[in-house]
Amino acid sequence: MSNGWSWFIIIMTIGTIIALCWLLFTTARPNGKDETETTGHVWDDDLTELNNPLPVWWLMLFIITIGMGIAYLSWYPGLGNYKGMLDWTQVKQFEEEYAEMEERQKLALEKFVDMDIPSLIKEPLAMKTAANVFSNNCAVCHGSTGKGANGFPNLTDKDWLYGNKPEQIQHSISQGRNGMMPNLNLSEDNVKQLANYVFGLSGEKVDQALAQKGKALFATCSGCHGADGKGNQILGAPNLTDNIWLYGASLESIENVLHNGKQGKMPAHGSLLTELEVRLLTAYVSKISQ
Amino acid sequence: MSAIAYNDTVVRQFSIMTVVWGIVGMLVGVIIAAQLTWPALNFDIAWLTFSRLRPLHTNAVIFAFGGSALFATSYYIVQRTCQVPLFAPRLAAFTFWGWTLVIVLAAITLPLGMTQSKEYAELIWPIDILITLVWVAYGIVFFGTLAKRTIPHIYVANWFYAAFIITIAVLHVINNLAIPVSMSESYPIFSGAVDATVQWWYGHNAVGFFLTAAFLGMMYYFIPKQANRPIYSYRLSIVHFWALISVYMWAGPHHLHYTALPDWVQSLGMVFSLILLAPSWGGMINGIMTMSGAWHKLRSDPILKFLIVSLSFYGMSTFEGPMMAIKTVNALSHYTDWTIGHVHSGALGWVAFITIGSLYALIPKLYGKQEMYSTSLINTHFWVSTIGVVLYISAMWIAGVMQGLMWGAVNDDGTLTYTFIESIKATYPYYIVRFLGGLMFLGGMFIMMYNVWKTVERDEMIKTFTTTGFKQPALEGAIA
Repeated sequence: MSNGWSWFIIIMTIGTIIALCWLLFTTARPNGKDETETTGHVWDDDLTELNNPLPVWWLMLFIITIGMGIAYLSWYPGLGNYKGMLDWTQVKQFEEEYAEMEERQKLALEKFVDMDIPSLIKEPLAMKTAANVFSNNCAVCHGSTGKGANGFPNLTDKDWLYGNKPEQIQHSISQGRNGMMPNLNLSEDNVKQLANYVFGLSGEKVDQALAQKGKALFATCSGCHGADGKGNQILGAPNLTDNIWLYGASLESIENVLHNGKQGKMPAHGSLLTELEVRLLTAYVSKISQ
Repeated sequence: MSAIAYNDTVVRQFSIMTVVWGIVGMLVGVIIAAQLTWPALNFDIAWLTFSRLRPLHTNAVIFAFGGSALFATSYYIVQRTCQVPLFAPRLAAFTFWGWTLVIVLAAITLPLGMTQSKEYAELIWPIDILITLVWVAYGIVFFGTLAKRTIPHIYVANWFYAAFIITIAVLHVINNLAIPVSMSESYPIFSGAVDATVQWWYGHNAVGFFLTAAFLGMMYYFIPKQANRPIYSYRLSIVHFWALISVYMWAGPHHLHYTALPDWVQSLGMVFSLILLAPSWGGMINGIMTMSGAWHKLRSDPILKFLIVSLSFYGMSTFEGPMMAIKTVNALSHYTDWTIGHVHSGALGWVAFITIGSLYALIPKLYGKQEMYSTSLINTHFWVSTIGVVLYISAMWIAGVMQGLMWGAVNDDGTLTYTFIESIKATYPYYIVRFLGGLMFLGGMFIMMYNVWKTVERDEMIKTFTTTGFKQPALEGAIA
């Protein structure tokens, strides 16, 4: 801030403190009158007031807090551009505490740095840390047990949208994934036919007549989901034959997806977590799906 | 007794509505407390969701219940202590109907989701303008009455009411400066950290001048009256009044510790919050020491119990406030339920208690009765609400400290020990205790309503709202 504003703040602050001290000292002086007598003012027939001296402990409390205030303002930033004797800032405090935490983490996790994913899975301590990282970063969407929810994949089953090789999982975590089921602008009838065919792929009971008509329409879908409907991990296109449904196992929800399309988003965590944390999570996710 | 024709119609109207709005505001509070424990209680209806009912609760208890109580007592006290009837009685009547309209509009717009998203200043701009008009009228009535007083000295209660009226006007206007884009939407003229500073300059001084200074005005009249004792110290009144109003102005930034606010603003907010302790306690000392020589009255007079216990809660929360403003304590308490506990120890223990005590003293006088219909019901009310407040604030203290510790707990490997949801789960039992505490406090208000209803007969109750204040003074003088 400019010097002018800085001085304005300094003068206002110190001026207020001086005014408070002046107020205290002028009012605290003995007034030489008998304390048992009222001031002589009377309101509303019977309201009067004594003029007892200020309680000493209260006066001391007041002075001590003013003293503490002055001390604080000389140590910490407060008086305009004056930085304070401790040269403290909240950003510095944050950076120091953050560095300390990183140091602590480094010490605790040092031995895991060079391990590969299969060995990490076998390390109970590594998995304990990983479980905590999972709870605080992944559980919001995937659930505290990793079983997912509508729209959020279950991580404990054998079905993988983008693959379960360590490097594939690691990629999902650090780079994120963008699933994209387009809105195909199908007619109402076609949606019904296609939904019946798709739901039938997993062996569900469906209207065979509708499903037959839907089969003819499936060519549009096979580009991503494959001619046999078994999906494509490169595109993140789900397997439609395994009876695992990301958006709900019912004709209605499949029709809804066909009508509106779906955008799936796994946010990238590479900038939020350390590289080791990402690898620990990779191991953890592999472990809970086994 | 004086035979001055005081204008008490508007005082009666505001007094009765204080009890009504108290019940409404606290009922909404109990509902949202229940929703925190049993979220299904919003019944998936947008109007009943926590996010919309919470501002309704805060607006109803602060501005409807607290505001009506302040209008009632300030109009009553300023007339008595100046020995003149209200200046501009038509304007006084306008303040009642205008303020009541503000409250009704708030009760409609907030559940509909119309808000400008500023805490304690949620109301949309057309209502803000109505508030401004009512407030200017209030100022004219109050200061006009002071100006034509027949007593040379201005009574201490009026200092506090005067500071409250002027400051709230300034705070309300500046914090609500906005550019309207439709009838229900507007954009604030401030942005970013400046907007945040203005908002909490407003927010904290709403606490300081609305909920503290003004209610101290109430305290300075009703405690010496009820105890029939002189005020302890005139000079203490002077020093704590000037210190309180000058220091409060600085304290707002303690609501924004460790945020985008510049360090120096945070420091000044913290330092002056700390210095605020003694000025705040000055009022408590003056009130409690006024009781010296009359302590025995506490045994038989539950009204005095309300008034004195309110000062104990006042002392407690004004100690707690400066503590929580200290950065290291704030790092633990901020964003936890400790803050909610702190607010309610002030709002229930201080504001509501002093209001309830004052109304029990005031209402019989307003309706020409000797005393309230039932003293033992006042006593029951006292105990029910005391237990309610204690349950409420101790539950929130424990919950808040627990949350702060859980959020800050870190393992040796640098990971957080608890997830956020685990802290919520651990808070459930305390939410239930808080709900019960709130329910008891609300129950107490129903006891009060019954007692008031029995004190004021039905016909008079109806007459309270059908007479026009500005035609009445002569008649009322005859009754008094």
